[in-house]
Amino acid sequence: MDRDILLSIKGLRIDGRSGDAWHPIVKGVDLTLHRGEVLGLIGESGAGKSTLGLAAMGFARDGCRISGGTIDFDGIDLRTAPEATRRSLRGKRIAYVAQSAAASFNPAHRLIGQYCEGPVVHGVMSREKAEGDAVDLYRRMRLPNPEDIGFRYPHQVSGGQLQRAMTAMAMSCRPDLIIFDEPTTALDVTTQIEVLAAIRDIVRQFGTAAIYITHDLAVVAQMADRIKVLLRGDEVEEADTRSMLAAPREEYTRSLWAVRSFARPEQPPGRGTPVVSVRNVTAGYGAVDVLRNVSFDIHARRTVAVVGESGSGKSTTARVITGLLPPRKGQVLMGGKTLPPGFKGRSRDELRQCQMIYQMADTALNPRLRLRELIGRPAEMYLGLTGKALEARIRDLLALIELEPDTYIDRLPSELSGGQKQRIGIARALAAEPQLIICDEVTSALDQIVQEGILKLLDRLQGELNLACMFITHDLATVKSIADEVVVMQQGVVVEHGPKAALFADPKQDYTRLLLSSVPEMDPDWLNRLLAARGEDA
Amino acid sequence: MTVLVSLIVGLGLFFIIGLAARVALQAAAPARHRPMFRDMPLTAAFGLAVILVYVVVAILAPVIAPFGEGEVLGDQYLPWAAPHYLGTDKLGRDMLTRLIYGARNTVGIAFATTALAFVAGSVLGIWAALAGGWLDQGLSRLVDALMAIPALVFSLLLLTIFGTSVLTLILVIAAVDATRVYRLARSVAQGIVVMDYIEAARLRGEGNWHLIRREILPNAMAPLVAEFGLRFCFVFLSISALSFLGLGIKPPTADWGSMVRENATLITFGDITPLLPAGAIALLTVAVNFVVDWQLHRASGLRD
Repeated sequence: MDRDILLSIKGLRIDGRSGDAWHPIVKGVDLTLHRGEVLGLIGESGAGKSTLGLAAMGFARDGCRISGGTIDFDGIDLRTAPEATRRSLRGKRIAYVAQSAAASFNPAHRLIGQYCEGPVVHGVMSREKAEGDAVDLYRRMRLPNPEDIGFRYPHQVSGGQLQRAMTAMAMSCRPDLIIFDEPTTALDVTTQIEVLAAIRDIVRQFGTAAIYITHDLAVVAQMADRIKVLLRGDEVEEADTRSMLAAPREEYTRSLWAVRSFARPEQPPGRGTPVVSVRNVTAGYGAVDVLRNVSFDIHARRTVAVVGESGSGKSTTARVITGLLPPRKGQVLMGGKTLPPGFKGRSRDELRQCQMIYQMADTALNPRLRLRELIGRPAEMYLGLTGKALEARIRDLLALIELEPDTYIDRLPSELSGGQKQRIGIARALAAEPQLIICDEVTSALDQIVQEGILKLLDRLQGELNLACMFITHDLATVKSIADEVVVMQQGVVVEHGPKAALFADPKQDYTRLLLSSVPEMDPDWLNRLLAARGEDA
Repeated sequence: MTVLVSLIVGLGLFFIIGLAARVALQAAAPARHRPMFRDMPLTAAFGLAVILVYVVVAILAPVIAPFGEGEVLGDQYLPWAAPHYLGTDKLGRDMLTRLIYGARNTVGIAFATTALAFVAGSVLGIWAALAGGWLDQGLSRLVDALMAIPALVFSLLLLTIFGTSVLTLILVIAAVDATRVYRLARSVAQGIVVMDYIEAARLRGEGNWHLIRREILPNAMAPLVAEFGLRFCFVFLSISALSFLGLGIKPPTADWGSMVRENATLITFGDITPLLPAGAIALLTVAVNFVVDWQLHRASGLRD
């Protein structure tokens, strides 16, 4: 047997339970990982990436079972080994970094205490030594104040720092293998870069092997030596990173690439009265101003993308327009007329004009209402439709969002997929026959292929119905494909505003440049070049 | 030995009644609801059957009962023999007759009370969570104050002020119980009003009534239904306690709670007759909770 092989999985099958029946999640996948090698696992949600990643530790989630195949980790068969053996390996020789560090740290303990738990329990080092080691690793992960940061609680550090602290924790016993499960998915692009660079460096320094799970191709291109593509529990293809990026063999892999190529034709610049204009708005919660002097217009048929990091005031702007947060200064005009500041003061017709589509369709749709009522209610309320006319309208709307009316009209939201739920959110907004739709991160929670479907749908509807659209996002790839104008926000201020083409080609502000350069590209050398370029600047 | 035999007979009856009820309900239900009854656990079928029997008995009491409700028919404490199949009580009234009429009074009053408490408590609780601010503060502090007074003492006080009739009894116990329901409904609703779909409905311009009824209540149903099962049983206790103190249901109206008390002396002679009304309460309580558990399971199953 090859001494160099660390992990060898053969014909792995994992089943999940739904009700009384077991159905396959992973259908006989082989995986080989050499020492010090980074393997990228990519695929849509439901492809079995995370399940496979956990299986590499000999672990199956509740409601799942490993039903076939072998998992050989450095000569130990993890499937047949006793639980005690597996437990002694986990954390010591195999470590795991979860997607949401904020949810994975125990909020009641300091970071360093949680860091030390692994090494002390596994008997690798004493508590004092582990604390010294933590500071060293925090420094290597380029965390600010490495001596002190460990003594903070998880809620006292930012998301990006937390994710790095978690990676340091995974490194504490110097494992042979680390499994990264979407470690940067929940982070802003600018933060993502720091975390990616830190993770890559530390994995190289210690020669650790890693499985890097993500749905973002551009990210995996920076991190992995080899890439394996999964689709519904089956392997699609596996190849060296560079050769796969240069020449993907399978149709499905190519379709993952193609998503990024969708581009909405730019609409002619708006003339006349804008559908909505935000004039010198200053707003905030309590004593703090979250928005300062924000102004922009949106014309019919145009899409204005509002971009910025989390906390930049994007969503607050939407709350001011909808009237949820009355501004302290300034006003919102709709069709040239000033809107009352709070939504309670607005007439039913003014409310109808502006509809919102939410990021999380799960919380935006009442789980106890059937689609008939979810979509039908705005039409019933605003347009006074009842009986047959209402029924016909609901069916039209379902057809409009490309869902078969007879199949779906009496379903509950829980009986839909994520993309379908988001389509219902869109249908509900359209049922009011609005002039402006506000899309708040509508594609962030979706897979790339599903995202493309939603974007195309929005584009088509916008053209057919003459809608103005405010598109809030932190994903610049999406902005590139659909926006006409871009508003860049930072800390509650509009730092740059202009037509998309001009803004992308020649950003005037440093912050815009930073934001644009932080979007991962498919080129595996992108991160190296970027870090080199930034290093020269500094 | 007798214990074992009665246990086996009891379990056997439980299965037979449960199975029979499931088959019958499936056949009787409209096609749309048939799957619901097909997947129903045996406990729920049994519970439904028992409740159904109680309801039928309560409605048809004058037809079924062999004698009049307050009729004095002979000696006190007669043994179980025809024509008094379950003997007579301390005033010589027929025990079986009074059990049957008791179903009507006790179950009817308990149900009306619990239902009233739930309507008032949950609507106010959800409204408070939705409105927040001074309305929430005002209502909640009022409820706190009411809850600080021991329930029984408070009911006694109210009944003394307003006089004792069946209507005041229902209203008083409902008011006391509604405070508990209010607390629960408010805390459940507070978790729901922060959801995006409530924000969306508010932005749509929906009124409070629609928000409470269509957007919040369906999502708060599971804990409320569970609480209903418990409250329903506590109401029996409250009525019995008040009857015992002479402020509940007035004689000669038959009521299971007071029947236990009136005939309690018989227990010292090893006669189980006084336990029959107690058993009737216990059986109904168990049946109601079986059904509630089943509904709860269905409700939570829909969620994931």
